[in-house]
Amino acid sequence: MGIEIVLDKCTGCGLCIKVCPFAAIKVKDKKAEIEANCTLCGSCVDVCKLNAIILERPKPSDKDLSEYKDVWIFVELKDQEIKKVGFELASKAREIADTLGENVGAVILGEKAKHLCDDIAAYGVNVVYIAENENLGEYNTNNYAGILTGIILKYKPNIMLFPATHLGRDLAPRVAAALEVGLTADCTGLSIKDGLLLQSRPAFGGNIMADIISPNARPQMATTRPNVMKIQKPDPSRKAEVVSIPVDLDSKATKIVIKEIVKTAKSGAKGLDEADIIISGGRGLESAENFKILEDLAETINGVVGASRAAVDVGWRPRSDQVGQSGKTVSPKLYIACGISGKIQHQVGMKGSDTIIAINTDPEAPIFDIADCGIVGDLFEIIPALNEELKKNLSKD
Amino acid sequence: MKIIACVKQVPDTTEVKVDPKTHTLVRDGVPSILNPYDHYVVEECVRIKEETGEGSVTVITMGPPQARSALMRCLALGADEAVLISDKAFAGSDTWATAYALAQAIRKIGSFDMVFCGQQAIDGDTAQVGPELAQQLGIPQVTYVEKIEIDDKQKLTIHKQTEDGYHILEAKVPILLALLPPTSFQPEHPPMSSILKAKKKPFNVWDAKTIGGDESRFGLDGSFTQVIKTYTPPSRGECELIEGDGKDAAKKLGEVLLKHEALIKR
Repeated sequence: MGIEIVLDKCTGCGLCIKVCPFAAIKVKDKKAEIEANCTLCGSCVDVCKLNAIILERPKPSDKDLSEYKDVWIFVELKDQEIKKVGFELASKAREIADTLGENVGAVILGEKAKHLCDDIAAYGVNVVYIAENENLGEYNTNNYAGILTGIILKYKPNIMLFPATHLGRDLAPRVAAALEVGLTADCTGLSIKDGLLLQSRPAFGGNIMADIISPNARPQMATTRPNVMKIQKPDPSRKAEVVSIPVDLDSKATKIVIKEIVKTAKSGAKGLDEADIIISGGRGLESAENFKILEDLAETINGVVGASRAAVDVGWRPRSDQVGQSGKTVSPKLYIACGISGKIQHQVGMKGSDTIIAINTDPEAPIFDIADCGIVGDLFEIIPALNEELKKNLSKD
Repeated sequence: MKIIACVKQVPDTTEVKVDPKTHTLVRDGVPSILNPYDHYVVEECVRIKEETGEGSVTVITMGPPQARSALMRCLALGADEAVLISDKAFAGSDTWATAYALAQAIRKIGSFDMVFCGQQAIDGDTAQVGPELAQQLGIPQVTYVEKIEIDDKQKLTIHKQTEDGYHILEAKVPILLALLPPTSFQPEHPPMSSILKAKKKPFNVWDAKTIGGDESRFGLDGSFTQVIKTYTPPSRGECELIEGDGKDAAKKLGEVLLKHEALIKR
């Protein structure tokens, strides 16, 4: 068990030193030496061209599962701030930890991140594990996975939750594979049953739900899409213990280099992810120009316009507007579906909305199965009339 | 460029329906198809092979014997060779165990420059097997890949989709890429001549013994996650329909909305 250098094979080339995120390797007499602060993260093994590093982690069956305690979350940053999904995960982790009588831990990796500890502590996080380095400002799979794997091996959390974002869906499986643990994607429900994390997720395009457990390995890992878990009220008086993880990254060792960052989404405007009111249009809108009536209504009630896959595929709306299985998951307070039939692929992305209103000419459209309130009728007549009605009443205030 | 493409046969989830009376999944008559993401992957692999001038595209899947038809489709799309890893021992594999078996089979295939996967499969939507496979093979990965250019045989320029745009990345082989088809992508049937040609291409079937490795890590035994229950999603309750002609209904809906929390707090 542990890590070993095969002295016959090692030439002391130093590649492993460059990739070790914990500065735990030195070269002495032209041979690599592993220091005591090695976390067994495995970053060095992949880079050694001579197969001179042998890493043996305990087999899953040999692990003492009772050593693993606490509910952890991975906190994703954007432009040096915590993404909203981080607060959603923290709220959920607090609830699960209270059931288990355990603490909540949060891992933050970034260029500068200390100022964020109080923000996340307000949601009930007890300990923040933080690694800061100039090379952690932009996400890099190998750097993030190596560091996170190392931290988890050292501190042994019981449960580890990730956001099911582009970053989380890239990072979590990499870490799960390295740790040899289970991972359940896109959970819509997380709770504790018989001491284990009960993970509920949609499968077969949202047609069925599955309950999943990972009884024989720790941590029990899961990802959750943004806007699925409810945020609890923050309490700024809560404070967290901060554990700094020293890391050392050599940018020259990075195998995948970011050459350019291109932003195509409008900045400043409130996105679908954060909107309280969403008005979505589908095939029933008949043209790109006709979305104007939805935009007018959105302006009246301070909403954001979304679209179904059908409307995006024909080019009426940009892909960033798409709600559904292959688009965004949203959970606004109010979702108004206009001319959207509401196949299961669309429902998966919006059925977490507090209130769903459907307007469609087809009374058999599946959207009515999940709507709270609906009108069977012509949206080209109803939407402008509704807009006038709301304008009239809202301007009185 | 030696390319390996990992694909999956899936039930066509757009055809899956829920029985309105029993609320169970109706799977009878649901066709099995090549995962649409993987259809795009194979087309891209063939394009890259042709552009770089030499090399081969090997498609691989783990599945029951019927998964052969998905691989035949890949061969008809231009892949050169197929590997079906099939054994009762693989039944019940979760993403980790799937990645383990695929990694074993890829090691048996031997050297490669690039491994491709679809970003996700439409039945499970986990998007996990790709990164788990990359980790087990000890190679870097890029997911959400929208575009790949190869300058010379070693240097790749990759467009990776982000939540608000894309990153342009530079990378080298060996690497694993998970591809995201353009939203307008529609899988098309290959021509009959290609389907006939596919029948003459090498097709290998490997069982657990052939790919080797630790058999306790295959299938249900090797899986860390366990599905303990499946059920239909709970319904939200009845929809209240607003009656009346267009203007009248709009007025009534307006009244409902004006009382809604989202508009009051506005």
